[in-house]
Amino acid sequence: MTKVASALSASQAGLLVCPCCGLVCRPAVRIGAWACPRCGTALASRKTDSLSRTWAFLIAAMLLYIPANLLPVMETASLFGAEEDTILSGVVYFWTSGSQGLATLIFVVSILVPLLKMGTLLVLAVSVHLRSSHSVHQRALLFRIVEAVGRWSMLDIFVVALMVGLVQFRTLAVIHAGPGAAAFGSVVVLTMLAARSFDPRLIWDCIKDDHD
Amino acid sequence: MSLMTDNLIACAECDALHVWRPIAAGERARCVRCGNVLYRRPRMTSDQMLALVVGALLTFLLANAYPIVDLEVQGIRNSATLLGSIVALWTEERWLIAILVFATTILFPLIDLLSMLALFLTVARPGRPMIGFTTLYRFVWVLRPWGMIEVFMLGTLVALVKLSHLAHVVPGVALWAFGALTVLMAVVVSFDLRWLWVEPGRSA
Repeated sequence: MTKVASALSASQAGLLVCPCCGLVCRPAVRIGAWACPRCGTALASRKTDSLSRTWAFLIAAMLLYIPANLLPVMETASLFGAEEDTILSGVVYFWTSGSQGLATLIFVVSILVPLLKMGTLLVLAVSVHLRSSHSVHQRALLFRIVEAVGRWSMLDIFVVALMVGLVQFRTLAVIHAGPGAAAFGSVVVLTMLAARSFDPRLIWDCIKDDHD
Repeated sequence: MSLMTDNLIACAECDALHVWRPIAAGERARCVRCGNVLYRRPRMTSDQMLALVVGALLTFLLANAYPIVDLEVQGIRNSATLLGSIVALWTEERWLIAILVFATTILFPLIDLLSMLALFLTVARPGRPMIGFTTLYRFVWVLRPWGMIEVFMLGTLVALVKLSHLAHVVPGVALWAFGALTVLMAVVVSFDLRWLWVEPGRSA
């Protein structure tokens, strides 16, 4: 286990921190519905209902992940017949048509990142429930990575949007967005909301009695 | 009512308290416990940022006014703008996707840039506080994570490669504009907004 530098946290000092403008202030009477005296944002020692909200968004995302991968995200109608593409078949298409680099990129951002993100948030939420004080630094780092890369999963949605806008040749070929696209977009938004609901300070709260 | 502590700063990731210390332009202060960035002193002045935001807004207009790409299949030409693609999604009743793309690539980045314009204009004229300053500031804070110009840019490139197998693809003006906008947005977003409160004349 890594040695954790002892530090006084704002909550231990009885101070509230504005998540928006960063102002540190001391509530005068009691902690209730406080507003930041500088920018007006609601203040709380930790994000409100952090774990419950994280779980809610996470479970919704995990459920939608199934239709997002099974349903087609793109439907092509052309002279040569109709074709339906799921996220995975899009990856396979790039791989077989010689663009292995792009296939890898799409596989990573569309399939690997959402899976790892949901898995990581699951582990983080459980570890906070268990009040674990193990590998705090590693878990904090995991959270930072998850929060930073999540947005890139929107890539496939933008690809589909542009293909739909471009390929509108009435008689030759028309591309439509499939029902899977909405599900996939929702998964990305829900995992982003789950990550934003999770309060990384909860990871550190569990080690406050440990320092020597 | 409450005591404001101007000289304290808490880590947003681990809540460790630090004493605020002045740093040089371009430098960043890190948390001693978790290593997270506490604050960055912007390399650019507010005036320079103002110019940059105006530039980004003009680039944004170009990126949305012109087609991103022209597609040619057997003599038939079709071009697509970003807004055109969103309208196409909307008319085929993919409302959720249409709204998602519209919000992340047009609406939120535009609000972000316009708010930044107003914020830097206010800062550029000390002694003239703007009534909506805190509202705009919070607006930017809430919306920023949902602006995805850079992801869209990469998505455009992927779509182009995909289409180049099927048809003749001619990059349009907006493609270059989006490329430039991606870079400009990266610089705009890297400005640590909390520094606006440190600027003279803006201490609450």
